[in-house]
Amino acid sequence: MSDAAVVTQVRTTRMPGLSALGPLLALVLLVALGAFLNDNFLSQGNVTNVLARSAFIGMIAVGMTFVITSGGLDLSVGSMAAFIAGVMILAMNALLPTMGVGIPLILTGMAIALVVGLFAGLANGLLVTQARIEPFIVTLGTMGIFRSLVTWLADGGTISLDFAVRQLYRPVYYSGLFGIAWPILVFAVVAIAGQLAMRHTRFGRYCEAIGSNDKVARYSAVSVDGIRLMTYVLLGLLVGLATIMYVPRLGSASGSTGTLWELEAIAAVIIGGTALKGGYGRVWGTVVGVLILSLIDNILNLADLVSPYLNGAIQGVIIVLAVVLQRGKSSA
Amino acid sequence: MERRTFLATSAAAALATTLAVPASAQGKKAIIGVSIPSATHGFMGGLNWHAQETIKRLKATYPNLEFVLATAGNVGKQVNDIEDMMATRNIDGLVVLPFESEPLTSPVKAVKDAGKWVTVVDRGLAQAGIEDLYVAGDNTAFGRVSGEYFKANLKPGAKIVVLRGIPTTLDNERVDAFKKAIEGSGIEILDMQHGNWNRDKAFSVMQDYLSKHKKIDAVWAADDDMAIGVLEAISQSGRQKEMWVVGGAGMKEIIKRVMDKDTQVPVDVSYPPALISSALEITALRFVSDTPVYGRFIIGSTLITPENAARFYFPNSPF
Repeated sequence: MSDAAVVTQVRTTRMPGLSALGPLLALVLLVALGAFLNDNFLSQGNVTNVLARSAFIGMIAVGMTFVITSGGLDLSVGSMAAFIAGVMILAMNALLPTMGVGIPLILTGMAIALVVGLFAGLANGLLVTQARIEPFIVTLGTMGIFRSLVTWLADGGTISLDFAVRQLYRPVYYSGLFGIAWPILVFAVVAIAGQLAMRHTRFGRYCEAIGSNDKVARYSAVSVDGIRLMTYVLLGLLVGLATIMYVPRLGSASGSTGTLWELEAIAAVIIGGTALKGGYGRVWGTVVGVLILSLIDNILNLADLVSPYLNGAIQGVIIVLAVVLQRGKSSA
Repeated sequence: MERRTFLATSAAAALATTLAVPASAQGKKAIIGVSIPSATHGFMGGLNWHAQETIKRLKATYPNLEFVLATAGNVGKQVNDIEDMMATRNIDGLVVLPFESEPLTSPVKAVKDAGKWVTVVDRGLAQAGIEDLYVAGDNTAFGRVSGEYFKANLKPGAKIVVLRGIPTTLDNERVDAFKKAIEGSGIEILDMQHGNWNRDKAFSVMQDYLSKHKKIDAVWAADDDMAIGVLEAISQSGRQKEMWVVGGAGMKEIIKRVMDKDTQVPVDVSYPPALISSALEITALRFVSDTPVYGRFIIGSTLITPENAARFYFPNSPF
């Protein structure tokens, strides 16, 4: 009996470690495949492109990890990003005559993006925690609201940032520090902070506790509503931050900005090993998930493997495989 | 270059209806229902704007015309809109841009069967002979005109990349016509991926093209929204001098660059969202005069050059 107990003990402690390597293994395989198919795959230019592209979804997905870990869900993030981008651009254009082209204008625009993100997240969070509506329904509703609002603001067309402001703002996406683009740096900081918050703070532990069993958490004197509200506000802020990095890229927002970002973010979180039903979150896994999703797209473009009609199918297969690698091992 | 054909093909069938309801002759108000998809992307946004502007103008010009405008975000809503127009507004005519051909065919046929005038815009119905008037852009010409420009301005052996739209028959028609037009020119298409008529998607696809191909002489972005993303990716790589870009549709920002003789955007190819205006104007004629307007009105796709760009420039339109 005691032998068996020891064996089980060893298995339970070691197996999660192995299963966690599933997405990482998928990522390594993808990188190897990409390098094999195209010489330019590992060039600095391509690596920068892929990482910078991943940054928007990445920051959002880190926030999403906390929401999902605590048993919630947010479908509105893609529309929210479009809405924040629209408001931010309109505000900067409107302030241009009084403030002139300069750093203060850009900083004001950034502050507006964060504030709008904060309030959008707060709205989602309050509806979930105070009005006691299922997160799926709340955020499905706000998804439609944000999307319509940006289409309405744009009059059905595209909202474009003033050309002179755009020139000044452009380096925020295109240049960087020590040869690393700004979006990648910001994403890295967000990811590291997220990982620390999840593993080493009370907030992270409470998120997992609420996601596992919110009743037990409540009896243990955890402010369940407060923590849940904080996860949505945090996500809203991160969507605002992602928008700050997104706007200088093309300098515009329209009704089609950020479509399906919510599903990509959720997919990245799940591929990374966070449980969709909540209770367990893994921020570094989310980062791996985001990179897997961007790499699939990049490799399909770089190599003429299949008809472009089938790109979606390949993506689907790889997403499912990445999760199978992970779950298959943990249940073995 | 402007090619406009006005063929009275279904004359016999349509004549009966035309004579049946001479609303204008009796001096009573004619009501025209207008059902179009809502402004979900740039082109449709422009189309919505032009529809509203044209309705304003027509109302002012012809006091005995009234319009009911409904925009729908999906097929089901559009069918409901048309049924509501018939049931509650008692329309005399319908101008419809079907969301999808198949599901809209029988609701529109019901309008026709009730003896109303029907104008179908841009996307044909699944069954021929329902509409009195068909107004549309020309997707084959769109691809052909673009292809002819590439053929005329590139040397044999030149290398180009292509961005496709959302996989649809419309996109296939354009791409097939483009390929046919450059046949025998010695131009090599290096790559063809879907950019889904979306700026962000086009931006990443173009970034990847630029990593993959050492030499690209020209890009057929096939859409102005995609052209914006493509241009941004090119300027990020610093290869602006190496290649030019041709979009399509007629977005004001792109037309402006053509007007300003931007070497990166030498021309554009029109597929005007204002085609809804043509449909509304012509339909209005049917109710205010005896002008015969049944048949097909195909709006040609024109090469927009710095010389004629002013004609295609609508600075107030959202698109």
